[in-house]
Amino acid sequence: MQETFILPLLWHLLGLVLTLFTFSFLYKDNPFYKFAEHLVVGVSAGYFVVLLFWTSLKPKLIDTVFYNFSNEWFYILPGLLGIMMWFRFSRKLAWVSRYPIAVYIGIGSGLAIPLNMQNFVNRQLSATMIPVGFGSATEFWNIFIVAGVICGVIYFFFSKEHKGLFGGLAKIGIWVLMVGFGASFGFTVMARISLFVNRISFLKDVIEIFFGSV
Amino acid sequence: MKDCLFQMRLKLLPLAILLLLAAPVFAQVPDQSGEASLEADTLQEEPQIPPPAPPEIVEIKDSDNDHGHSIDLEWELSPDDDGTGNYVTGYEIWRGEMVDGKIEFKLRRTVPYGVKIYTDRGDAAGGVDPLPNGKDYWYKIAAVADEDAKTESEVYGPVQATGEWFHTGKTPVAVAVLIFASFSVAFVIVAGGHIDMKQFFIMWPIIFVLIIWLVLLIRLAAGASVNALWFLYAIPGAIAGSLGLAVSIGAIGFLVGWFVWRTKGEETKLYVRPLSGINAVDEAIGRATEMGKPILYVLGLGTASDIATICSFTILGRVARRVADHQSSLMVPCYDPIVMTVAQEVVKNSYAEAGRPDAYDEDQVFFVTQSQFAYVAAVNGMMLRELPASNFYLGIFYAESLLLAETGSLAGSIQIAGTDQVAQLPFFIVACDYTLIGEELYAASAYLSGEPTLLGSLKAEDWGKAIFIVLVIVGVIAATVGWDQFIEAMTVRL
Repeated sequence: MQETFILPLLWHLLGLVLTLFTFSFLYKDNPFYKFAEHLVVGVSAGYFVVLLFWTSLKPKLIDTVFYNFSNEWFYILPGLLGIMMWFRFSRKLAWVSRYPIAVYIGIGSGLAIPLNMQNFVNRQLSATMIPVGFGSATEFWNIFIVAGVICGVIYFFFSKEHKGLFGGLAKIGIWVLMVGFGASFGFTVMARISLFVNRISFLKDVIEIFFGSV
Repeated sequence: MKDCLFQMRLKLLPLAILLLLAAPVFAQVPDQSGEASLEADTLQEEPQIPPPAPPEIVEIKDSDNDHGHSIDLEWELSPDDDGTGNYVTGYEIWRGEMVDGKIEFKLRRTVPYGVKIYTDRGDAAGGVDPLPNGKDYWYKIAAVADEDAKTESEVYGPVQATGEWFHTGKTPVAVAVLIFASFSVAFVIVAGGHIDMKQFFIMWPIIFVLIIWLVLLIRLAAGASVNALWFLYAIPGAIAGSLGLAVSIGAIGFLVGWFVWRTKGEETKLYVRPLSGINAVDEAIGRATEMGKPILYVLGLGTASDIATICSFTILGRVARRVADHQSSLMVPCYDPIVMTVAQEVVKNSYAEAGRPDAYDEDQVFFVTQSQFAYVAAVNGMMLRELPASNFYLGIFYAESLLLAETGSLAGSIQIAGTDQVAQLPFFIVACDYTLIGEELYAASAYLSGEPTLLGSLKAEDWGKAIFIVLVIVGVIAATVGWDQFIEAMTVRL
């Protein structure tokens, strides 16, 4: 009973101490921050090795190849590519590791380009095809959306000088972007403040456990 | 005497009436044996729910377009399932496996009335213990009216879960993957010095076709039917199915080819709008050289195949080349091990191009950790300890953007940032000296290299944007006047 009580208490105390160590960075770099930094880097690196083994290597390679070889033998191909990466440690055979990297980047780009084209160009295109006019409030505000999109795109013309009417439209475009960024900034800062409040609340709770109500 | 008896009876009458009225109450006196027999009588009297008519299994098959580990079940509802749950309350799905020559069934799931499909993904829904591929399974489905009133369908099977090599709905993606993968492999062969660029353009289609045939052969060897050839005849159909996407990629591809060809001509000089963030790159490197302090280059949290990271590699190559020229130092802390490997190659090549391969130190590019905030803690520590003269943040960034940029600002470094993550751009804009917004990052590699090929692609992209604007204007007019066919034609489904 006592053990179940003491252990969470110690974890909370460790959380409190490490939080304060990390906050000490706000003053300046110091040994306490260095300790917290090295601890979190070391722990996270080790943690991710174990995590990747149990969530990726074991279920996706070891289990499939060793326990279900007849049906899922092809999983050995990415496994071989992974082994080829280890050739980097040999100066003479380091070139072998370029091939899995090439396959990885090629597949990633092949996946990303059509999807980016669809999500960031074609889908935006059809989403901007909206009715405009003065018949309703929606149609009226749509005018600003369409104008904002067109001016924003004009800002990203690189091979034409931003002068005259074209330059004016590009300037409106960057203003539209900045308004959007401002709204996004405010929104995200609010989210960060809520995280900070949560951490302060944690500190308060732990201090109350040890020193009573504050 | 008679009167006396009469009066006595008169007095007893109310008592008798009371006793008569109380008789039912006495009959319910809690008596253990009496209660049990009463309950037994009641159960016998209650009408038993008759078993409902069984459901009829329509089809049980391996799920389409997946890596296996999943079986789809479909059945016709029991005729007694009126969709209200008043009679048939649900369906039990039983999965059987062959154990010692006998099929042993286990209950997988109970679904509510009215439901006639279910996907069996094993014990952990495709997680750590998914349904094994290639194993025989039998199924039966029971319509349930009550615990004791259920009727099972006929046993269906055997069925196996198998993985598909191609997602039939994503052929354009498969084609793009094969094209880029073959391009990357061919480039590595060129980089190895075995062939030159002219031979490359002859070799690439051969590698492309070979990869396709290798995939098909593996597919056939894995026991696929003639359908393995589906990939070949599905390409035109898939392109027609996503015409908008195919046209847009094709148009951009044509424009890139056209402008690259034009830019090759010596007489053609393309104008490129100056960007302050790009111009500041040399200034930042020069500052580091003058101050004798290192340059910190952060590639972000993206993977090596993200477009922003690939652009960042190009800029890193340029920066490393100038660093090698100026004999200053460079620090590249990496979040992703593959990104680190590629970055090491890029920096090494840049040092070799600068004629100083001996000055290249592999430890300039190093791995930190794959934990987001641990990575930030480490990089922030480096900034305050090493006090780099210039910081570059180019690539994909998330919540760490402001943490990095703010610390760099405190350390007094000149900072150049660039990302395509819209949510993070505001933080870079407020905390950095120069920021490359979205596509400016993509354009930066062309700016810095001055390669006609890349500059030509910039021009092509501008024409693509012009087409985009025209289509938006036509689309807005179409939407306003109710020309729905045009809007429908422009809607892309991949």
